[in-house]
Amino acid sequence: MIEIQGLVKSFGHTYALRDVDLKVGEGQFLTIVGPNGAGKTTLLRILATLLKPTSGLVNIDGLHLASRSDEIRRRIGFVSHQSLTYDKLTVEENLRFYGRLYDVVGLEERVDSLLQLVGLRARRHDPARTLSRGMQQRLSIARAIIHQPSLLLLDEPYTGLDQQAAEMLRTLLQTVNEESRTVVMTTHNLQRAVELCDTVAILTSGRIVCEMKNENLDLNRLREIYWTYVGNGVTS
Amino acid sequence: MIRRLGIGGVLNWLSALSMMAALYLVFLYAPTEAVMGDVQRIFYFHVSSAWVGFFAFFVTLIGGIAYLRGQNRDWDTVALSSVEIGITFTAMAVITGSIWAKATWNAWWPWQQEPRLVLVSILLLLYLAYLMLRAFLEGEERKARFAAVYGIVAFISVPFTFMSIRWWQGLHPVVFEREGMNLTPKMLATFLFCLATFTILYFTLLLHRVRLGRLEDRLRGLREQLR
Amino acid sequence: MAFLRKTLAIVWKDVVAELRTREMFSSMLVFALLVIVIFSFSFDLRVENIVQVAPGVLWVTFAFSSTLELSRSLAVEMENGCLDGLFLAPMDRSVIYFGKMLGNLVFISTIEALMLPIFSVVFNLNLIRPLLLLTVFLGTTGFAAVGTLLAAMAVNTRAREVMLPVLVFPIILPVVISAVKVTGGVLDGAAFSEFAHWIQFLVAFDVIFLVVSYMTFDFVVQG
Repeated sequence: MIEIQGLVKSFGHTYALRDVDLKVGEGQFLTIVGPNGAGKTTLLRILATLLKPTSGLVNIDGLHLASRSDEIRRRIGFVSHQSLTYDKLTVEENLRFYGRLYDVVGLEERVDSLLQLVGLRARRHDPARTLSRGMQQRLSIARAIIHQPSLLLLDEPYTGLDQQAAEMLRTLLQTVNEESRTVVMTTHNLQRAVELCDTVAILTSGRIVCEMKNENLDLNRLREIYWTYVGNGVTS
Repeated sequence: MIRRLGIGGVLNWLSALSMMAALYLVFLYAPTEAVMGDVQRIFYFHVSSAWVGFFAFFVTLIGGIAYLRGQNRDWDTVALSSVEIGITFTAMAVITGSIWAKATWNAWWPWQQEPRLVLVSILLLLYLAYLMLRAFLEGEERKARFAAVYGIVAFISVPFTFMSIRWWQGLHPVVFEREGMNLTPKMLATFLFCLATFTILYFTLLLHRVRLGRLEDRLRGLREQLR
Repeated sequence: MAFLRKTLAIVWKDVVAELRTREMFSSMLVFALLVIVIFSFSFDLRVENIVQVAPGVLWVTFAFSSTLELSRSLAVEMENGCLDGLFLAPMDRSVIYFGKMLGNLVFISTIEALMLPIFSVVFNLNLIRPLLLLTVFLGTTGFAAVGTLLAAMAVNTRAREVMLPVLVFPIILPVVISAVKVTGGVLDGAAFSEFAHWIQFLVAFDVIFLVVSYMTFDFVVQG
């Protein structure tokens, strides 16, 4: 699904990503963990076609990022720190708007089923700004998958969520992944990483230093490994 | 000594010598104008300054377009340098233009009779807006990009502004006019020499300023790497 | 066709959002009314020279109200990172330009449509004439065409409210001059041939700046 080779991203003279290599298979659920400033957001934004790589190869669904961005956009959904929704529009109107931008066929039914999926049916006529953080996150996800993308990217989705909202998010993500959608999520919360995905990668100082299958992993083991790489300040 | 003279040195000498010659021509060689008297001599500096003001703007346009196409920072430095020099000459053009207007029309700012004075002032405003835009933006790359776009839009607006101001006063749009002032051959020679001198001066200043700009860029880069 | 549909989707979104709260609308209206009041006192409009100042007052009001609208319109996309949402969509970036531009045109025109009758009353002049309406449309298109581009720049700066007028006004000066000239000509009852060239001028300005803005918009909104 995703193939990254030698990805480098620099902003002027600062390097956010130095030589990242990564492969993500179809239907996989990958969580990337790392400290703040490791380059997680940058990596995700590049995959989302919002940033251009400085150098390196990125292929999504067999399509070359640099030349086939438009086609790639049809196949990916992105959930960011920010909600990407319009405060004054209702939940429904927000979804309809994005549906139109993505040329979604059968828009009304799609919006309806999405609202059902994320549990926002009751709030469909409420302006987006009246939603709690947890609900906004769910609306954001609905927005991100309205066009049924094969890849869903989430940047620190658990930020600012209380226990209940986080649980709802986890269930939702599980459902999304089960519909054979590839999911790539970033977080700095190790517990969240362990409980859901099937692969964990550690990104620090702009490099992927480690990749592990989740089945052999529990929270303590992950913590150990994480601090080995991050705690020692592995750089360059 | 000739061998060690780089292009900067050559331009320096050329500017200095031609400026001295120009001063001689303007104040001593050129005859006193019949109607206006000695005040007319400011005309040579005024038009030359205005010419540089506009030419510099054109260079900014080129620099901006080149930057957008190639992302080469040096072109942005050229554009910015040209703006700084252009703004100086344009300000001089406005001031000398006003003095000229006072002498000709007995008013410091005759809206109706001097459309070019109005136009040059608009040019000054455009330059100032350019600098203000850069000043209020964060990020070197963004500054360069936005400034380049503004430079293009601003430059294209100049002919429109020029035409609308001239039509506004019911004057037929003409690019060059001598307004009833007869230029004798000596005056014409002085005038052309002044234009050339100011142009050489512009390029001299541009070269030095661009070199300075490139050093600044290098310094900034080194600072970031050390962080 | 998809291009047009998506452009209209953006316009529709802005219209719906504005209808809900009418924030921008009411602030623009209040602003325009204030401008008339201030001008009334400054020029003492209840005098014969009213026909002389009317075009100027009209267009200064429109110009300032426009910058207000342009600023707000682009600011909306900066909230909640919505601009990213537009970039993620599989469409040409120019859809964003045309969508915002048309939206701006609609909003500014609506305010102008409200202001014209009010101006007519205050000046005791009939401003609802076809030629005048055409000029208002052409002038507003000029404002919106280049204003949308410049607002997209200004909204990224530290002093966005001040930055936009500084960028916009020197550029749209030809539009204001032309519009004032035509308005004056119409109110004076002058023959069409006397100010026809101004209308051609406006059309030329609109076309050229639509093209230039559309071509450079990409450079302003990218990452």
